[in-house]
Amino acid sequence: MTEQATPASPVEADIEIFGALTDKEPQKPPRSQWKDVWDQFRKHKGAVFGGGFLIFITLAVLLGPYLWTVEPTKLDIRNKDWRPIYTLLWESDAKAGWAHPFGSDQLGRDILAQMIAGGRVSMAVGWLAMALALIIGTAIGVAAGYFKKLDFWLMRFTDLVLSLPILPLVLLAVTLFRQPLNSRFGPEGGMFILIVSVIGLTSWMQTARIVRGDVLALKEREFILAARSIGTTSGAIIRRHLLPNVISPIMVSATLGLATAIITESALSFLGVGFPSDYPTWGKLLADAVQRMQDYPERVLLPGIAISLTVLSVNYLGDGLRDALDPRIRGR
Amino acid sequence: MLTFTIRRLLLSIPTLLFISLVIFLLLQLAPGDPMAQVPLTVPPEVKQKMREALGLGAPIYVQYWKWLVQFFWIEPQVFIDYLTNRSTLFGWLPDTNFYKDELRVISWQTRSPVMDIVVQRMPQTLWVVGLSYIVGIVIAIPIGIYSAYKHYSIFDQSGTFITMIGFSIPPFFTGPLLIVIFSVQLGWLPSIYDTTHVVTDWESFKVQFYQMVMPVMVLALQTTAQISRYMRGAMLDNLNQDYVRTARAKGLREASVVMVHVLRNSMIPVVTVIALGMPAIFGGAIITENVFKVNGIGQLLLTALFANDLPMVMTLTFIFAILIVLFNLIADVLYGLLDPRIRYD
Repeated sequence: MTEQATPASPVEADIEIFGALTDKEPQKPPRSQWKDVWDQFRKHKGAVFGGGFLIFITLAVLLGPYLWTVEPTKLDIRNKDWRPIYTLLWESDAKAGWAHPFGSDQLGRDILAQMIAGGRVSMAVGWLAMALALIIGTAIGVAAGYFKKLDFWLMRFTDLVLSLPILPLVLLAVTLFRQPLNSRFGPEGGMFILIVSVIGLTSWMQTARIVRGDVLALKEREFILAARSIGTTSGAIIRRHLLPNVISPIMVSATLGLATAIITESALSFLGVGFPSDYPTWGKLLADAVQRMQDYPERVLLPGIAISLTVLSVNYLGDGLRDALDPRIRGR
Repeated sequence: MLTFTIRRLLLSIPTLLFISLVIFLLLQLAPGDPMAQVPLTVPPEVKQKMREALGLGAPIYVQYWKWLVQFFWIEPQVFIDYLTNRSTLFGWLPDTNFYKDELRVISWQTRSPVMDIVVQRMPQTLWVVGLSYIVGIVIAIPIGIYSAYKHYSIFDQSGTFITMIGFSIPPFFTGPLLIVIFSVQLGWLPSIYDTTHVVTDWESFKVQFYQMVMPVMVLALQTTAQISRYMRGAMLDNLNQDYVRTARAKGLREASVVMVHVLRNSMIPVVTVIALGMPAIFGGAIITENVFKVNGIGQLLLTALFANDLPMVMTLTFIFAILIVLFNLIADVLYGLLDPRIRYD
């Protein structure tokens, strides 16, 4: 570098320096944060599959009743105990056919229609319970992180709730409060409200802890100070500046919450404290089929696979989201 | 560290009191009537007397106080008496005879003391749960170590995939699935756990072993999935640290670098996760016991719930709460003991 030839005139020197400073290729257009997140997310194959499957199963249970118009609760005792269509592959005289692709149960109810109806309930319980847990968790986390006076008591309360035995208490609440809610909202509606609120009220604690930690760190940053110095109220600071910045941990805990909510609802139905018997959910279908699983294993397998695949895809989605939203991993 | 432990122990007393109050109030709010099973021919005034005999006539705070006294004062007396009178471990101590026929916590179903039934049911749960936890840990730790050491290898990829599946499949599906495969199709293992079976010789031990395989494996699958994920993460965090490079640079063998230096540091968070997971596995045992018809405490809780046996439900739920608080404490203390960087004081 020291051996550089001296240019003839100062003007030429200026041009040369200027030329060295300009890039040869055009600069890339600025990229938004969410585009980076999406690019990182796309690299995680499991997460893409998981997200795709979750969208597929949600659409299937939403649009399914319009495509497969058989009534899920319709009894057809003459056509009971059909096998699923794939049994024809190895047993050509099996009682199966396109009238009931997944077979029919001991009362002749169509299993495909029941799976769709059950999936609707399971997914609705999952999404609503997750949303309830997120709202409670975020509210408590933000309040504890932002207002110093509330912090100690809210976090002690969170610790207390964390040390409650959740599954026994959920069982307790569902068994004991079934009757009063059923008489007020009907057997299905009452149970739905009860299960959603019980699961939501017992699974907000992790979200609250994570959100509080993030808010505590964000609160000391300059942009919050700037916002406060121009006279922004606390409510506006929380809404405009804090919440958008804690959206990524909330999204990750949302996926975990959805998975646990679906599993808890199915577990309750399995233990026999869930929805009434003619109201199908995946857990209920599985539990009812266990009695006859020696003869008809597919009735256990189909709802079980539906639950497992949904939870698996949600977990993969959460894994991918965590990687994509973490700026330390994203660059790699 | 000692002051921290003592402080945490003292703090756990109000926590447990609060939890017992929550459970008690929940049970009080519940509309269930213990007289629902009594025949309709029994006149109402007799029913009222039966209710009062169960202690239901008293105000709520009296009932709560009585339960507290029974659980924290009278039951320990019975337990100490048992220890000094009949147990082999402390039988040499002089007989204490603290218990003077006060009213213990009585189950409404069987009219016998709740703790006696719990003591009868406990061994089944402890065997299945404890064994499954040990099996799970023994499988999980090598998987975690190896998949972190061979990061992004085929073993790592498939290991992560399998643990993710184990993480996602609920035990009430794996249970029936295993029964269909191994009991119905292959006929290798019994589908129902026989708790009256007594091990006397090799043949009966084999029967006991066969009937324990499935419940233990179902619970162990969950444990394995969780702990191997943590183990892998902790190992990955440590493998890139400077002290590992130093250890390699001074010429230590690879085995001692990974299995001594890295493993010891990675075990710190994993040990606490193992302690924290203990109560959850008891909760999971409720479902597994239901699937394999093991008559442990989870099954006891379910039957008591359906029979509206409030003292039994209260006591069992509280025992679960004690387990959670206890293992949280153990996890915190272990974390402080194992990691000298943690200072609680």
